[in-house]
Amino acid sequence: MPNKSAGLAAKAFAVYAKDMRLELRSRYALNAILMFGITTLAVVSFSLGQFGLSPKFLAALFWIIMFFSAMSGLAQAFIREEEAQTVLALKLTADPDAIYIGKLLFNFTLLGIMTVIVTPLFFIFTDAPTANLFRFILVLILGIIGLCGATTLVAAIISKASVKGALFSVLSFPVLMPLLISLVSASEKVFDGLPLGNIAAELQFLLAYAVIMVTASIMLFKFVWQE
Amino acid sequence: MYSLKIENLAKRFGPRKVFADINFELQTGGSIAIVGPNGSGKSTLVKVILGLLRPTLGTVGFSLDGKNMTESETRSRTSFVAPYLSLYDHLSGEENLKFFSAVAGDHVTGKEINALLARVGLEGRGTDYLADYSSGMKQRLKYAVALLNKPDFLFLDEPTSNLDEEGKGMVSQLVEQYRKQSMVVLATNEPQEYGFAEQICRLGG
Repeated sequence: MPNKSAGLAAKAFAVYAKDMRLELRSRYALNAILMFGITTLAVVSFSLGQFGLSPKFLAALFWIIMFFSAMSGLAQAFIREEEAQTVLALKLTADPDAIYIGKLLFNFTLLGIMTVIVTPLFFIFTDAPTANLFRFILVLILGIIGLCGATTLVAAIISKASVKGALFSVLSFPVLMPLLISLVSASEKVFDGLPLGNIAAELQFLLAYAVIMVTASIMLFKFVWQE
Repeated sequence: MYSLKIENLAKRFGPRKVFADINFELQTGGSIAIVGPNGSGKSTLVKVILGLLRPTLGTVGFSLDGKNMTESETRSRTSFVAPYLSLYDHLSGEENLKFFSAVAGDHVTGKEINALLARVGLEGRGTDYLADYSSGMKQRLKYAVALLNKPDFLFLDEPTSNLDEEGKGMVSQLVEQYRKQSMVVLATNEPQEYGFAEQICRLGG
C-alpha cells in the first residue's frame, strides 16, 4: 500500500482551508453571523439611548447576541456539504476525525471573526465597563470554544433534516444552556469589577465544558457522520 | 493481492426489498458489472459495498493477502465515480484535485495534476471553477479525482453518464487498464458497457 504520510493535523487543515476558501468566495455564513450581531447591537443601542444597563443585563445581552449569531451561521459548515451533494465525496475520501476537527476550526474562525468585530462595538454602544478586559477576553475564548464544540456536532446531526435552521437552535439550546448560564455569570462578575478569584469557579466550569464538548464530539462524530 | 468478498448481501428500505442473496468474490485483476433495469438496486448495492449504506443482511469484506482491511485502509485504496457524487463547484478543477489529495493524506504536484487533467481531456481547464464546467466536464474531473490515489478498488456507477463519444472512449481505456492492475466494480444498464467487465451480477430478476 502507498505510504500516506500526512497525519491527522494535515488532513484536518485541508478541510479547514477548503471551507475557508469556499466561505471567502461566498461569505454566506460570515455575512449571516455578522449581520445578526451588528443589527441586534444597533437596535439595542438605539433603544437604550443614554440609559446604561446593569452588569447582569449587559452580560445577558452580550451572550444572547453571541448565541443567536452562532445559530445563524455555524450550521453552514455541514449544511453546505449536504446541499451541494459533496458530502458523499468527502465521506469516501476523508477520515471522520479530520472532517470534524477541520469543521470545528472553521466554525471557531467564523465566530472568532464575528467576536473581534462585534465585541468592540458592544463596548462602544452599551458603555460596558472596560476595566477588566483581559478577564473578559479569557471568558470569551473559553465561551467560543464551548459554543463551537457543541454546535459543530449538532450541525452535523441536523444537516440531513428538512427544517435545519429551527432544529439547529432547538437541539443546541439544551446543550448550550449550562454554558450560557456560566458565561453570563462570569461576564457579570467581570463587568462588576470583581477580582479573578471570584470568577475562578466559572472559569473552571467553562474550561471543563470546552474540553468535554470537544472530546465527546470527536468521539461521537464518526457515528453521526457515517449514518 | 486485494480481495472483495460479498456474502448473502440483502438490503430493504422498510417493507420494500431492494435486493437479496447477493454473493460474489473478486480479486486484483478482476471486474464485475452490476446490471439491471432502473430501480433494481444497482446504485444501492454499490453504496452498501462502499459502506455508505448498511446492509440489512450479509457481509462485505475487503482484504489484502488474506488479512481483513480496516475501514481507513479500504477508504484510502478505493475510488468511486458516479453522476450523483458532486465535487466543489466553487473550487477550480486544480483546487478540487489538491483538496481531495490532501484530505486523503497525499500530496499531488502541479505536474501530476496537469497529467491527470490531460488524461481525462481537461487540459487547460484546470483553473476554471467547476461552476463553469459542463456536466460532461464535471464527470471527467471525477475520473481525475478517482485516479489521484491510483486505486486498488475502482467503483463506477453509470460510468459514461453525461460523456460524449470521446469521453466514453476515455472511460473504456481507463477500465481496460484498471481491471488488469486493480479491481473494477461497475453498475450500469447500458448493454454496451457490460463488456467492460468479466463477470456479471444481474439484479431485478
